[in-house]
Amino acid sequence: MTLFLLRRAGWFLVTLWLVVSVSFVLMRAVRGGPFSSERALHPAVEQSLRARYHLDWPLWKQYLQYVGPLDWSAEGHALVGGDGTRPFGGLLALDLGPSFKYRDFTVGEILAQSLPVSAALGALALVWALALGLPCGILAAVRRGTRLDLALRLGATLGIALPNFVVAGLLVLVFVFGLGWLPPAGWGDLQHFLLPSFVLGLPFAAYVARLTRAGLLEVLNQDYVRTARAKGLPPRLVLVRHALRAALLPVVTYLGPATAGILTGSLVVEKIFAIPGVGTHFVNSALNRDYPLAMGVTLVYTVLVYALNTLVDAAATLLDPRIRLEEAG
Amino acid sequence: MSARGSASPARQAWRRFRSSRGALASLLFLAASGLAALLAPLLPLASPRVLALAGEARAPRLELGGPHWAHRVSIRLRLNEPPRSGELLARAERALAASARELTAATPRILRHGPRAAPSELELALLYRPELDPARGADLEARFATLLASQSGPDGLHVPGGGTLALALAGVTAQDGYGPLGALDRALIALRHRLFGFFQLGPWLGTDAKGRDLFARCVFGSRVSLSVALAAALVSVVVGVGYGALAGYFGGRLDAVMMRLVDVLYSIPFLFVVIFVITLLGEYRTELARLGIGRMTAFFVVLGLSTWLTMARVVRAQVLALRQAEFVRAARVLGASHGFVLRVHVLPHLLGIVAVYLTLTLPAVMLYESFLSFLGLGVEPPQVSWGILASDALDALNPLSVAWWLVLGPALFLGATLLALNVLGDGLRDALDPRLGRNG
Repeated sequence: MTLFLLRRAGWFLVTLWLVVSVSFVLMRAVRGGPFSSERALHPAVEQSLRARYHLDWPLWKQYLQYVGPLDWSAEGHALVGGDGTRPFGGLLALDLGPSFKYRDFTVGEILAQSLPVSAALGALALVWALALGLPCGILAAVRRGTRLDLALRLGATLGIALPNFVVAGLLVLVFVFGLGWLPPAGWGDLQHFLLPSFVLGLPFAAYVARLTRAGLLEVLNQDYVRTARAKGLPPRLVLVRHALRAALLPVVTYLGPATAGILTGSLVVEKIFAIPGVGTHFVNSALNRDYPLAMGVTLVYTVLVYALNTLVDAAATLLDPRIRLEEAG
Repeated sequence: MSARGSASPARQAWRRFRSSRGALASLLFLAASGLAALLAPLLPLASPRVLALAGEARAPRLELGGPHWAHRVSIRLRLNEPPRSGELLARAERALAASARELTAATPRILRHGPRAAPSELELALLYRPELDPARGADLEARFATLLASQSGPDGLHVPGGGTLALALAGVTAQDGYGPLGALDRALIALRHRLFGFFQLGPWLGTDAKGRDLFARCVFGSRVSLSVALAAALVSVVVGVGYGALAGYFGGRLDAVMMRLVDVLYSIPFLFVVIFVITLLGEYRTELARLGIGRMTAFFVVLGLSTWLTMARVVRAQVLALRQAEFVRAARVLGASHGFVLRVHVLPHLLGIVAVYLTLTLPAVMLYESFLSFLGLGVEPPQVSWGILASDALDALNPLSVAWWLVLGPALFLGATLLALNVLGDGLRDALDPRLGRNG
């Protein structure tokens, strides 16, 4: 287990370094930048802005400052003229730099405001995915071949096929404008939560239902389940204690990719429902050429996805001792 | 020999595929909608771009529809004084229409601006046959001015049957209902006019906020959505198969390094990177255009490059197994080069699995396309795609006017296509590779 986690951590650093370096080079190599937008700034103003964000430095110096082994700021290492209160700057000190567009905020502050919103939305979406997907999958497997099974399978295929914004549009029509039960957009209490998180979670609920059904069908034919039945255990107990535990393995493995998908889907859902989360900030930052913010979001999400995938792989071994982590790593 | 050897499993797969009614129906549906997208200019649809005069969102109606206004040249005439009688005006209009017909061989319609008794402006709207280039408007302006002058005296146009009407040519404007078209599309439109004349189908799915027919926009949008998806999926297949085959065939350290890279790429949230790259490419628009790379080309290449990972993994696993097969080793022993073996012995065996993953890549790419267009980062107006239509619909939703049909139209098209692709993919997977489970 320790070896597995260490190896994962190593590859994690490689991944992160790759993402940072490639996007940094792309970001700084690109012409234009945040200050060349609609109106031309006075040359002196632009000069001082560029100086403030260190855009007048050579690329290698900017890179080292951003990643942080060398920090040229006043608190930086004594080696490069600082007072040494902060031995490492930049990413190494978890500092994602200032935002180009929201000039009074650092990327870290923006993320600190918006990440909890997105996290709440994503977590609730995951709850929807499991709360809807698991029962549907179990029901379909137990009632295999019936009309209910067919309907559930069709529903799952639909849920996977339909894009978020289409489902969102239809549901908004029904629940907001038709029935008037829910507010159209905004953020604050649970009512605002309900529709966006459902829309976000639906495709994943569909996948979970499929995986659960397939997993259960495979397990229900196995000898040990038959044995448990033959012993005279009540069917519900066989289902929950014997079959479900093994059948859930693919679902658990799927939670890693599902979280990544929820993070991605949250871009669109946040935009539709005007939710002030990370996704909205990311889309705006891309449109505004606010590269530090865009890069910060990408980095944070890479970290999240990687961490969750690792967690899920580790959890899979707890459910199924047959999986050896070294192979999965 | 190879034909007989491969026919049997292929026929078996076809039989398995045919037995799944949903997959067969999906295939037929996709073929039909692909054909409709290709032949969209031939269909008697409204123009997807021309704005209606009284532009507003109107609910769907089941009607056959009015005349087709796609290629319209309007000659605007300013009346310097109100006509002395309605009868004089009517005769003047008839005369002007006759002149316009004489000049252009088009079908003129008279539209009046201002109150009926005292119109201030007349408009001769000419419905053009598409083989006539609407860009000839400027030329038409000069010719019509000459004609008008020859029929007028100092106090205005001599109306046949007596009387004069003081008017002046205010301008000629041409409206192009399709945007730039290729030769094939132009031919299709010409054929459409020969078949259907100026007939067009009514707004079955309603019209959008600018009075444009939603059904026509969905059909024309399918051209963009489907072609972007196909092109991106093709890029993804070429890269994925090439990468996977290389890694699997040569194996060893190369394989380890290449697959490690795939693992690393897997843990990057790709939509973010795609958005990032597309905005960066936006800065180099003019340079890319000079190289012959349009925004659309860049768009589907980026999309394709972000979806090849699964394909590469699957292909690699398959090639890894093939490499150990007797016939591949025999070919190597007999002195065949690596390239020959890959081309002749390995790639043909990948067709099935590539077909399966292609049908699963297509909906993924279509989703990406519509996501990005939805976010305003993909296809740009005046081009239409389903993502743009869905985005417009959500923008148009407000408590005052609930234009539900705007949401419904693109949802139907996009939903049906994605559903069909998913069902087809599942059916193909079951048919071609029975060893894989439904979720394998």
